[in-house]
Amino acid sequence: MSHDPAYNFAYLDENTKRMIRRALLKAVAIPGHQVPFGAREMPLPYGWGTGGIQVTAAVLGPRDVLKVIDQGADDTTNAVSIRRFFNRVAGVGTTTRTAEATVIQTRHRIPEQALTEAQILVYQVPMPEPLFRLEPRLAETRRMHALADYGLMHVKLYEDIARHGHISTAYSYPVMVGGRYLMSPSPIPAFDNPKMHRMPALQLFGAGREKRIYAVPPYTEVRSLDFEDHPFRPHRADAHCALCGSRSSYLDEVVTDDRGGRMFVCSDTDYCETRQASRQEDAA
Amino acid sequence: MAYVAVKGGEQAIGNAHAWLAETRRGATAQPELDVAQIEQQLGLAVDRVMAEGACHDRGLAALAIKQAQGDLIEAAFLLRAYRTTLPRFGHAAPLDTGRMRLRRRVSATYKDLPGGQVLGPTYDYTHRLLDFALAAEGGAPEAAPQAAEGLAEAPRVTELLAREGLMRRERASEDEPADLTRQPLAFPAGRPARLQNLARGDEGFLLGLGYSTQRGYGNNHPFVGEIRQGRATVCFTPPELGFEIEIGEVEVTECQMVNQFHGSKAEPPQFTRGYGLVLGRGERKAMSMALVDRALMAGELGEERAAPAQDEEFVLMHSDNVEATGFVEHLKLPHYVDFQSELEVVRRMRATAAAPQEVAE
Amino acid sequence: MMRPGFTDPVLDAQSCFRAVLEAMSRPGRVQRLAAPLQPPAPLAPATAAVLLTLVDAETPLWLDAGDEAAEWVRFHCGCPIATTPAEAAFVLATGTPPDIAALPQGTDEAPEAGATLVWQAAALEAGQGWRLSGPGIEHEHRLRVGGAPEGFRAAWAAQRGRYPRGVDIILCAGEAIAALPRTTRIEEG
Repeated sequence: MSHDPAYNFAYLDENTKRMIRRALLKAVAIPGHQVPFGAREMPLPYGWGTGGIQVTAAVLGPRDVLKVIDQGADDTTNAVSIRRFFNRVAGVGTTTRTAEATVIQTRHRIPEQALTEAQILVYQVPMPEPLFRLEPRLAETRRMHALADYGLMHVKLYEDIARHGHISTAYSYPVMVGGRYLMSPSPIPAFDNPKMHRMPALQLFGAGREKRIYAVPPYTEVRSLDFEDHPFRPHRADAHCALCGSRSSYLDEVVTDDRGGRMFVCSDTDYCETRQASRQEDAA
Repeated sequence: MAYVAVKGGEQAIGNAHAWLAETRRGATAQPELDVAQIEQQLGLAVDRVMAEGACHDRGLAALAIKQAQGDLIEAAFLLRAYRTTLPRFGHAAPLDTGRMRLRRRVSATYKDLPGGQVLGPTYDYTHRLLDFALAAEGGAPEAAPQAAEGLAEAPRVTELLAREGLMRRERASEDEPADLTRQPLAFPAGRPARLQNLARGDEGFLLGLGYSTQRGYGNNHPFVGEIRQGRATVCFTPPELGFEIEIGEVEVTECQMVNQFHGSKAEPPQFTRGYGLVLGRGERKAMSMALVDRALMAGELGEERAAPAQDEEFVLMHSDNVEATGFVEHLKLPHYVDFQSELEVVRRMRATAAAPQEVAE
Repeated sequence: MMRPGFTDPVLDAQSCFRAVLEAMSRPGRVQRLAAPLQPPAPLAPATAAVLLTLVDAETPLWLDAGDEAAEWVRFHCGCPIATTPAEAAFVLATGTPPDIAALPQGTDEAPEAGATLVWQAAALEAGQGWRLSGPGIEHEHRLRVGGAPEGFRAAWAAQRGRYPRGVDIILCAGEAIAALPRTTRIEEG
């Protein structure tokens, strides 16, 4: 496969790639720290994955196999659009199979299947600052990160517990990385947070509009914030997948009629299809 | 139950693009708009797209407007995305707007002044009555009498005041200015980064903020010292030549607001200036920019900073319409994974809240 | 005559970057470069590839490799040459590396401004030598760095006290690359 000759391989010019690559290396060296970078305007809108796309473009080579998911699915429109973009500008092979991919760009989910050392997971990040709801000023949050002053976040979570009996944050649930940096895991459901802990794959995060890159190296401690008397508990719908029967995967709720009818199906389409296929094989 | 996981994103996108192309063209009984017509006859739209798209190319801006069906933010986005792929040869010398060839020059602070007042091609004193003759395809208007371009001597109003010691002089700096397209904003941003940001900023956002200062949210007693519009020469020193050459000219609009300043411990009472400079004919934007620039100087001048327009991080982080439109519009992307997790939490919270009552019953 | 840089500047830089990224992500694991390069002495192929991949006009480089190597790097990378290591974003050491405490450390707010030391060692061997632990390492990696100066381990340990400020190291020898990000703990083997 070859790439569109009107553009440089993987779209970005080499100066831009070098700048992003330098930022990526520093991000890996300082796990969880947001490294500012000179994000470029991409031919896709800000907020639609431009950060993830720039990271992927800086990483991707012709031998890579790329998987792109949005909400866990390969066939959601934005995932399709991004996959087509890389197919055009880098000519790389693409796959929907988690196990076959060397680079996985994701929005809002971590695949159910455990990732390996041979894989890189690239997250699209709309808002890299975990403290932004409590303190919108970057000048101030930078200072808080410098001092590891995260009391504000603990207070917020504790107020949740006092008011609701438990923490009300359901996604973008903040984590401590390597015991030093408070980090936004991107808007993945809290259910996915434990997968980040000591993951064998390298995790890279790109926020294009906010112009930040951060990373979690393999086998790095990622702890969801909690309290001794209120330990972190990931939640999923208390149901099984209507298609593959999974009782452990993260489920999407599908409304089937206007009389309260609903069903649950896996959000990770590759996981679900693989399970369905193996069930059919078992049945045959 | 007949549920099939939603498939066919690929086909849906293809169909949407085809439909979009058809909609953009409109009824084919009408002749197709050509880019040169847009460039000539929708010139102010072209100018706005060049300014917010940060790329001085009338033809490309016109193409972007055509492609975007006249959605100027979408057009600015197209132009920005294109400009990022262009190679960078170097930096032009600062424009000397003092020597630009003027089409328009007005001052609100003096009745008359050297160089005179030149209204130029302005809507200012038109009565806003729909001109039905235009709908009837009125043909070419009669040639207008014009002022000779490039008025011989048109000294800046701010300079006249500065010579008298009444206008605060801006300190010249030899520092390399920040480059917004290369380095992310950091705060405090400093005036060069601030002005770059405002010059690319959304006209509507700056208009609203500028307006808010007039209504008392950070008022700074503005007068239009001068608005000048015309063509400024672009100079560049190619490394292989080692001396400066003229490489062309760009149309710009400059506005200098004259604002009162009560003085501080370090400085006597005097006038200060808010500065606006916009690619093309963007007078409303240049004026708004000048108001906001002056409001943002509150910190440096030791004035109280309480109004939105005086808040540097707030203004600069939200002025860019390409960033803003992307993030606002991204809310229409699927969020059902997050929404599902919120559903679970809300259901659990309701269960927790309901539980004690059940016990009591 | 100026010796050439990468045969394919786009794809060679990409594969070298992936090797460096892998090295930085898994400290102590040794990566081998595929791109054949014949840089001027004393630069090893891996060292030259790392410079071509990461250094450019935006990154001042300090180097101890002599005029011919400096000319080659400046020609291919277009980087400004720093007069002292303290002013450099990248520091290339082909001989005894400078004291890491004398290199830019970054600040607590911007620790990413800490320098990257490209250290061309006599040899790199995984599976023996120092015991490494920290992010990127499941249990323990072992790495022997040929010619590591006396006192390096102590300086490295002292740097940990300044975290998140600090210096990161890319190690090169022949066609081999390894890395020591500032988070890595080093114990004597």
